[in-house]
Parts: sequence; structure tokens; C-alpha cells
Amino acid sequence: MSVASPAGRRWSPPPLVANPLLRWGLALGAAIYLAAALGTIEVRWARVLEGIPRGLAFVASFLTPDFLSRWRDIWEGILESITMAITSTALGILISVPIGLGAARNIAPVPIYLACRGVIALSRTFQEVIIAILFVKMFGFGPLAGMITLAFATIGFLAKLLAEDIEEIDRSQVEAIRSTGASWSQLINYAVQPQVMPRLIGLSVYRLDINFRESAVVGIVGAGGIGATLNTAFDRYEFDTAAAVLLLIIGIVMATEYASGIIRRKVQ
Amino acid sequence: MPVSNAGAVKAWRRRDRRTDLLVWLAWLVGTAVVVASWRVISGNTMWPFVWDAPTQAWDLLSRMVPPRWTYIDQLWRPLWDTINIATLGTLLGVVIATPLGFLAARNTTPSMLVVRPLALYCIVASRSINSLIWALLLVSILGPGILAGILAIGFRSIGFVGKLLYEAIEEIDPSQVEAITSTGASRAQVLAYGIVPQVLPAFAGISVYRWDINIRESTVLGLVGAGGIGLQLQSSINILAWPQVTMIFILIFVTVLASEWVSARVRGAIV
Repeated sequence: MSVASPAGRRWSPPPLVANPLLRWGLALGAAIYLAAALGTIEVRWARVLEGIPRGLAFVASFLTPDFLSRWRDIWEGILESITMAITSTALGILISVPIGLGAARNIAPVPIYLACRGVIALSRTFQEVIIAILFVKMFGFGPLAGMITLAFATIGFLAKLLAEDIEEIDRSQVEAIRSTGASWSQLINYAVQPQVMPRLIGLSVYRLDINFRESAVVGIVGAGGIGATLNTAFDRYEFDTAAAVLLLIIGIVMATEYASGIIRRKVQ
Repeated sequence: MPVSNAGAVKAWRRRDRRTDLLVWLAWLVGTAVVVASWRVISGNTMWPFVWDAPTQAWDLLSRMVPPRWTYIDQLWRPLWDTINIATLGTLLGVVIATPLGFLAARNTTPSMLVVRPLALYCIVASRSINSLIWALLLVSILGPGILAGILAIGFRSIGFVGKLLYEAIEEIDPSQVEAITSTGASRAQVLAYGIVPQVLPAFAGISVYRWDINIRESTVLGLVGAGGIGLQLQSSINILAWPQVTMIFILIFVTVLASEWVSARVRGAIV
């Protein structure tokens, strides 16, 4: 960066990728990929043009959202979504804590560690909706399938971050408790738990937030919640009702995000 | 350290009485809320369908195994589409989110009163709506196809990238900006030489991270008609071809793991 430039040459900022061969190779690769990708997109412009007035109608309906004519459906959907988010987070925490403990390399033996990491990887890889399809098949339509789906998705998030947090705890506190002759459960309770608790609470509140947001989509495949109402509204082209639902979702997400921000600042 | 006097002996307690009470109260309220929520859920559930879940699960498993390996020949094109939706969508999101991030950051926004709240609202609105809902909306406007998927992924990414970007901009070192300003640089020059180099690594990391999330999200967009491997998933489920569904799951699993690996490697190289 501080190379003295010979007279007449302008200084230029250092590039992001230092190796020029790699830099130009990446640029060339990106250009080829872009050309290939854009080349294979089939867009039916006639259909798009046809859709533009409909899109404008939708944007306009945001100014005149219709909360009233389907208020019963909307209310039931919202209530189901909120309850689904709460129960699934509670269930998710209950399952995540033991799995998180098992997935922390510094307190779990290798076989348990590998098993717990496997569960976490499985839960993280699949999108909620895919898991919801399977659970709807097993448990039937309704919010129970959605709740179990979200609880399962919570494991991948919460257990992983909890395990990483446990792996980073201060060893000296563990040793201090162990030197008093504490049992394993006392060790977890007095040496590990106080160190990770603030973060666990913060993450749980954050996950509650995410679970509410996700509860809006699992309804699309029949797992209950506001998603079913929204899907029906779109299918019937009732954009004003859909706009009302979307505005409600945005409002609730903003409120929970604000509240969870306050709680997280308090505990950390 | 809270200590209580039990007779003549001092006993150590973990918390003082007031905190004890508060913790207990928090547990009480939390449990009550969860139980009340559970009652709503169980009231809306058809329990006979739940009781035969083990039978259903066994039935499903026996149909899904073994996967139909030959079906993979028909999956390469949808997989290519899925990756394109994720990549082009991320690109679109990043292109829109970058100016939005600068407008929303406290230290670069042109106006705290008008522009910043507006930019923040765009970011929150984009973040609260899941990409599948964006896809639902766009499919009903533009018709089914990859374009709706790309736009859906793009719109959802705006909020994510925008939020993390403006937070990164707000955390930059102000002394470098001052140094550039003191040379008499214009606003654009301050931006280019004082701010951008500081946020560039974070920016690249955020984009790659979002790309990896988008790969996972774009696998399901086809369920609502927005292209990609989800279309195959939907049609396989509709005709109850469970061995094909297993094949699709395996492919998704491998793709997501690979994208996660790439993203972790790239982020490791940048940061």
C-alpha cells in the first residue's frame, strides 16, 4: 500500500484479491457464469407485460388494505402463527439444550458429539418448508405439524450456537468448580450455565422472532398459521386482503424485533 | 454476593431475594403463556391423525427407501436453475442493498429525518417477508418461472444485506474518514477512499453468506411455481412418487452442504 509510486503514476487503492492471476481468473469466471446463467433464463415477456397492471393493482392495494371482509380468517391465522411460534420455541429450547451440551467438544465424549452434530447438520440443511411437508404427511394438516417443524428448525440454530458458546467458555471457572468435588450436573449448573445463560436467552428471543416469521410460510404447505390465509388470498387475487395480512406481519415482526432488541440488551 | 443468615450460620445463596422472586415470576409468566398457546394449538389439531403418526412415518419411510437414483438425470437442469436463482437473486439484492445501506447508516445518510427512516423501513419490510411469500406474490403478478424466483430472492436479500451493511458502515473507524476529509476531498472521494475500503471485506463476507442462505431458500421456491428444483419436488409429491422425493432431498442436502463449504472458505479467505 505504501509503495512509493514513480513520478507520473497515480496511486490506486489495493485490490480486494491480492494475487492478480486469481483476481482476473475470478473476474473471467464470473463473466462466463453470468453469460451462461442469463442465457438460460426463459422469460415470457408477454406474460410479464400482462402482469404489470396486476402488480400496480397490488401496490395500490397496500394503500387500501382490507382488514375487515376476511377478518375472522386473518385473526385465526395470526393467532395460530403466534401460538405456533411460542410453543415451537419452547419445545425447541427444551430439545436444543441437551443437544447443544452434547455438541460442545469440551464437555461431550466423541460419539455423543458426532451424533449431536449430525442432528444439527440435518436440521440446518433443509429449509423449513421441506421439513413441514414431511411432518404434514405424518401428523396431518394443522398447526401441530407446523409447531413440530419449527421446533425441529430451532434445534439447528439454537443448539449450534449454544454449542459454539460452550466451547468458548472460560476454562478456569470450570476447573474451580471441579476442584470443589462437584458432580457433572453441578459442574454444568454452576460453571457452564452461568457463563452461557445471557447468550442463550438472547438467542431464544431472537429465535422466537424468526419462528414467527417462518410460521407465515409453513402454512403454504398446510401446516397452519397465517400462511394458509395469505396463500388463499393470493390464489383468489384478493390483493387488498393479502396486503392487510402482509402489513400485519410486518407490524408484528417490527414490534417483536424491537422488544427482542430491548430484552437482549438487558440480559447481555 | 447474597448471603442469608440462617440462625448463627451464614449461608451462601446464588441470588438475593428480589432477583429470586423476579426469576420465579418470569418462569411463571413464561410457562403460562406457553400452556395457553399450546391449548390453542391442540384445539386446532385433529388428534386421530396425530395418533397414527408412527404408522404414517413408517409408511412414508418404506415408500421413500430406496431412492430412485436414475431420476437424477432429470434433475441437473432444475439444479442449475436453482443455483442461478440464488446467485442472480443475491446479485440483485446486493446491487439494491448497497445504496440503501449507505442511506441508512447514521454517518453517511444525507438526511436523518427523511431518508434514513425511509431506508430503514424498506430494509425492515424486505426482511419481514419471507422469500417464499415474495415468490407467492411475484408468481401471481409475473406468472410462474425463474424470473419470479430471482426477484423473490433479490427482494428478501435487500433487507438482510442492507441491515448488516449499514451496521458495518456505522462501526467504521472515523479517524480514517477525517484524514481523507482533511485533504480537501469531496464527499464522493471521502466515500470512495475513506469508507468503502473499510467496509469492503465485511460487504463481501455478507454477500457470500447471504448467497449460501439463498441456495437453501431457492430449493423450495418451486413449490409456489417460482422455478428451480422445488418444481420437481412439487410434482413428485403430487404424484406420490416418494423414491423421487428422496433423490431430490439427497441432491438438495449435497448442494446445500457444498454451498456452505464454499461460503465458509471464501469468508475465511476474506476476513
